Amino acid sequence: MIDMTRYSPFSRLSRDDKPIAIAATFILVILSAGTCYTMLRFGSAPLLTPAYLIQQLQIGSFLGIIAAGMMLVILISQIDLSVPWTLAAGAMTATAVGGQWALPAALGVGLFVGLLNGFGVAYLRIPSMIFTLGVNAVMRGLMVAQTGGFAPQTAATDLMRYIAAERTFGIPHAIFVWLAISIGMVVLLRKTTFGRSIYAIGNKEAAAYLSGVATRRVTILAFVMCSVAASLSGVLLAGYATKAYQGMGDAYVLPAIAAVVIGGTNILGGRGRYLGTVIGVILIVLLNSVLSIMEMPEAGRQIIYGLVIISMLLVYGRGEKVAS
Amino acid sequence: MSATKSSDFGLRLRQNMGFAIAVVLFSVVYFLYHLAHPKGFSSQVLVQNSNEVFSLAMLAMAQTVPVLMGGLDLSVGAVMTLVDCLASHVLEGAGWSIFGGIALCLAAGAAAGFVNGCVVVFGRIQPIIATLATGAIYMGLALFLRPIPGGKINEDINWAMTNALGDFAETVGIFDDGKAPWFQFFAGVPTSLVFLVLVAGIIWVPFRRSVTGRTVYAIGSAEGAAFMSGLNIHRGKLAAFTLAGIFAGIGGIFMAIQTSSGNADIPMAGAYTLSSIASVVIGGTSLLGGTGGAIGSIFGTLILKVISFNFRIFDIAPLLQPLFEGLVLLGAVSLGALSILRVKNQLELFR
Repeated sequence: MIDMTRYSPFSRLSRDDKPIAIAATFILVILSAGTCYTMLRFGSAPLLTPAYLIQQLQIGSFLGIIAAGMMLVILISQIDLSVPWTLAAGAMTATAVGGQWALPAALGVGLFVGLLNGFGVAYLRIPSMIFTLGVNAVMRGLMVAQTGGFAPQTAATDLMRYIAAERTFGIPHAIFVWLAISIGMVVLLRKTTFGRSIYAIGNKEAAAYLSGVATRRVTILAFVMCSVAASLSGVLLAGYATKAYQGMGDAYVLPAIAAVVIGGTNILGGRGRYLGTVIGVILIVLLNSVLSIMEMPEAGRQIIYGLVIISMLLVYGRGEKVAS
Repeated sequence: MSATKSSDFGLRLRQNMGFAIAVVLFSVVYFLYHLAHPKGFSSQVLVQNSNEVFSLAMLAMAQTVPVLMGGLDLSVGAVMTLVDCLASHVLEGAGWSIFGGIALCLAAGAAAGFVNGCVVVFGRIQPIIATLATGAIYMGLALFLRPIPGGKINEDINWAMTNALGDFAETVGIFDDGKAPWFQFFAGVPTSLVFLVLVAGIIWVPFRRSVTGRTVYAIGSAEGAAFMSGLNIHRGKLAAFTLAGIFAGIGGIFMAIQTSSGNADIPMAGAYTLSSIASVVIGGTSLLGGTGGAIGSIFGTLILKVISFNFRIFDIAPLLQPLFEGLVLLGAVSLGALSILRVKNQLELFR
């Protein structure tokens, strides 16, 4: 059998870079397909204008911040399903507290949820899949009891509006927040002991423990960062929409996981680059946007969404023949 | 002789501790529920509860099989919705066409599960992410079949399936239309409960005892060892996902019969999938694979559901109900953490 991959343009890349290159290429494919469609249909190319691309990045920054936190948790081979209601709780707390304490209060909620998740996973050793699911249910219960099950009447503060929706030099501030978090993530994962420990735990937790890594502390810290990122994203979303509402986070958890995985991070942990997660987020946001420009019905969107994830992973996400 | 027997029983009890706790917990809570209910211990209440439980119980059984082999199926809710929408098209007619429709629905469920298995086995993609993607595809197909909720189900089958056995016999025309004297003892038993027991007895129990079923358990315990022992792990994985699809399909058929319509509701499908995972864990199956079983997951579902039954009669403020449900779920899964108190060597924690 001829090894086709040897002759592909991606063959010289390392195992971690290949997914990023392929995903980036696919983004260009989406953009050109969308442009062909608009050229034929309307005779213009709105997809290639800076205004459109910047708007997509602004929408992507909400998902991008969540995905950054989710990536940390996936890298230590855990998962955080409490993101939806951590996000909503952060947004609702921010609008309810108001004033200058809105942002700290929301991040405090994220900190609390993260500590709880980390405690359950690191100390009680409950599988994160089910523990975070339970925490999500509890957070939902707390918010329903707090708000009466309706969208709260409180509005976003001026600061939240300023961070999420307003622009400097034509660039929305939300993008700056995402950029700052991204730079922080790269430094964290590449230059710090904490970053090294995260990869070590994801590869083999027992080995990391025996090498002297404080596995419990690192696990808790990863969950705290994920929850704080989710609540921050909630604050931004509330600022963008000027209010918080029930179920505002439901549409974010699965795309966040998908973005991390499309970017080449191994779902079993221990491998992946942060740049891939950024590319994965942009890919998902652009795919959604182009499909809605094409007026694709929801049925077709879901099918294409699923097919894209599977085909991307078939190219570079395949595992071992037999797990050891 | 008797000494070995009793120690044998003790061993089995220790091996199935999670399952035993689930059964006892459910029995006690459900007994209290009937005591407090104004129409307690009546066929009417039993029928209503059983109908509410059936679909989720099927999904919990569906989820159990991939979990046993150390995977997870995030598409069970989507498969159920897909079959629900399909059933709302093909179960309208009368007579033999209904049997054809049900066969078609079961085949659709099995095919969806088989595709999951193929993506996992031949695509070598992790089950959790593979089924996340296929789940989106099935949801798209369901939306294609039913862009807006609607459709119709044959009224007789709706009546027969969602009531007691007596009504079932009357509709189908067996046992003197359900009036045979010997039959009266069974007439009050809910039809859906009987079908639940039948599905568990006819599909799950033989599967568990087959070589393929044991292979699924072996894969969950140690895939490498199972492979080296000459077990056909590909067949085991394909069978696990296909069986999950069949169970989810049965759940979808019942949901269509119960609601007399098809509804491709994405949030509902997601909620059902998550509840199925919770049921599996509460029923004593380990998410790491290898131990547990589908019967336990049925009791896991029963526990989840009986809690919300109790809310109705114990007058808990509706706004607090989601909070209580969450706390019960969190408490139930934390019970499993008690075993770490016995761990002496910390390395045993890392599995």
